[in-house]
Amino acid sequence: MTKQAEWVAACAADALRPEEVRRLDHGGRTFVIVRSPEGDYFAMDGHCSHEKVHLADGIVDGGIIECPKHFGTFDYRTGESRALPACVDLQSYEVKIENGIVMVKV
Amino acid sequence: MSTHSTIAIVGAGEAGTAAALALRERGWEESVVLIGNESSLPYERPPLSKAVLVDETRPGPKTIVTSERLSELKIDYRHGCEVVSIDRTASMVILSNGAKIGYHRLLLATGARPRDLNVPIAEGSRVATLRSYEDATRLRELIGQGCEMAVIGGGFIGLEVAASSILRGASVIVFEAGSRILSRAVPVGIAELIRAKHERSGVRIETTAVVERIELCEGRSCVVLAGGQRHLADLVIVGVGATPNVELAQAAGLAVDNGIALDEMLATSDPRVFAAGDCCSFPHRLYGKRIRLEAWRNAQRQGVIAAANMVGEDRPYDDLPWFWSDQYDETLQMVGLCCGGEIPVVRSLGPRGQLLFSLVDGGRLVAACGFGSLGAVAKEIRVAETIIRRELKVEAEALANPALNLKQLL
Ligand SMILES: Cc1cc2nc3c(=O)[nH]c(=O)nc-3n(C[C@H](O)[C@H](O)[C@H](O)COP(=O)(O)OP(=O)(O)OC[C@H]3O[C@@H](n4cnc5c(N)ncnc54)[C@H](O)[C@@H]3O)c2cc1C
Repeated sequence: MTKQAEWVAACAADALRPEEVRRLDHGGRTFVIVRSPEGDYFAMDGHCSHEKVHLADGIVDGGIIECPKHFGTFDYRTGESRALPACVDLQSYEVKIENGIVMVKV
Repeated sequence: MSTHSTIAIVGAGEAGTAAALALRERGWEESVVLIGNESSLPYERPPLSKAVLVDETRPGPKTIVTSERLSELKIDYRHGCEVVSIDRTASMVILSNGAKIGYHRLLLATGARPRDLNVPIAEGSRVATLRSYEDATRLRELIGQGCEMAVIGGGFIGLEVAASSILRGASVIVFEAGSRILSRAVPVGIAELIRAKHERSGVRIETTAVVERIELCEGRSCVVLAGGQRHLADLVIVGVGATPNVELAQAAGLAVDNGIALDEMLATSDPRVFAAGDCCSFPHRLYGKRIRLEAWRNAQRQGVIAAANMVGEDRPYDDLPWFWSDQYDETLQMVGLCCGGEIPVVRSLGPRGQLLFSLVDGGRLVAACGFGSLGAVAKEIRVAETIIRRELKVEAEALANPALNLKQLL
């Protein structure tokens, strides 16, 4: 049974600097929110697809988020895996800004 | 282009597989043959001393690539095939089943094997080493509740097996011949933290404990130390380092020097033959000497660079040595290399861990090591890596000051 998607508040939009990452835990799952240099916000699964490691502890640079443990990388705009050992894409989620708050549809 | 337009890769581990994938990424369209003597798909070894021993249900091998991806990329993966010799005059490798594969370029990625303890071991005693998934699944069945284990060697693999076994309810004693654990790679301050962590978890660690032989006593294994001390165990794990698999290269007349000897382009003494990973030694620009690593990231990245150079790029390999190890719920990360005589600088991360920086005279950072929670350690080590790579000079006081963001030193 899949639960219906809901909008969840992550953080204030201006709490994130360009290419800063924020972890969001909700309903037993974990996500990351990243703000791009252009000022857009993106959300995807928060655990690396290689091992269960929080991507929020990794480095974000040039559109890419890097896992802190084994350097697997993902395009934070799409969740696509970009470098080994990560070879499975991550799910990305819809994001909107409402009243200055980053909302994620999870 | 030569008539043999095959790139053959011997060894389908971390380095060989990374190379095969990288060849395709770099646009090599001719044939790629990946030859491995194990039966499964290429898999990662690091989980063998961790999740494979500990997880409640036995995990399968953590594969590096799926068979669909291999066929999609037209990588001809010959599993369960041993290369028995290289004929460099004819440019071909010969497999144990007699098959011959011609090559335009050849990559040797044969890895390493557990080093022999080199002491008499009584027949029938239960002594194991750990390198393959098969080794790990066998070990997994033996280390349950109540098992009394002796681990010989206080290196990474020995200590990870000790941690995993304690978590499974075994009792563990570690015998280390040197005066401290992890003496080859880890600065003393961090090694002390790891030792304390093990002792709190119930592992006994005996240093300057030189094993002289292993006997069989009433069906159990008996570890006999140089001083005559005897210790009975249900199972003995030997983790005393690794020996690079150089025999194939040696028999083919390639230069060997503590590993298959490479230049900075990862070519062997034959410019058409390359090597990568645990089997090789290579000169490193930052350390001014030939080094050999037994490390996962190095194997992967050397595979990629060797692939690039086999298809005509000209890329010296200069990635920094980097290593990680998991001990219980904490992690160790190390970057760079200590060659002796460095000045240690400690930065405390409070309850989340500790960093130790190694500076040479003049204030250049050459290595950094951290132990604690991954979230606390990883980012700092990542910044330290950049400092080391750029050969920046840094003040010891700044490194030691936890209030100062390391990034400010860039
Ligand atoms: C238990 C364990 C835990 C580890 N943990 C860590 C860790 O936490 N962090 C870390 O950084 N590193 C770790 N490592 C080290 C890391 O796994 C190795 O550095 C890495 O696997 C080296 O890759 P490689 O491709 O050079 O060799 P390997 O992965 O050993 O692959 C070589 C392959 O070649 C095959 N082969 C050899 N000769 C032939 C032949 N003649 N014909 C056909 N095939 C052949 C071998 O059977 C093997 O499959 C660990 C290693 C082990 C064993």
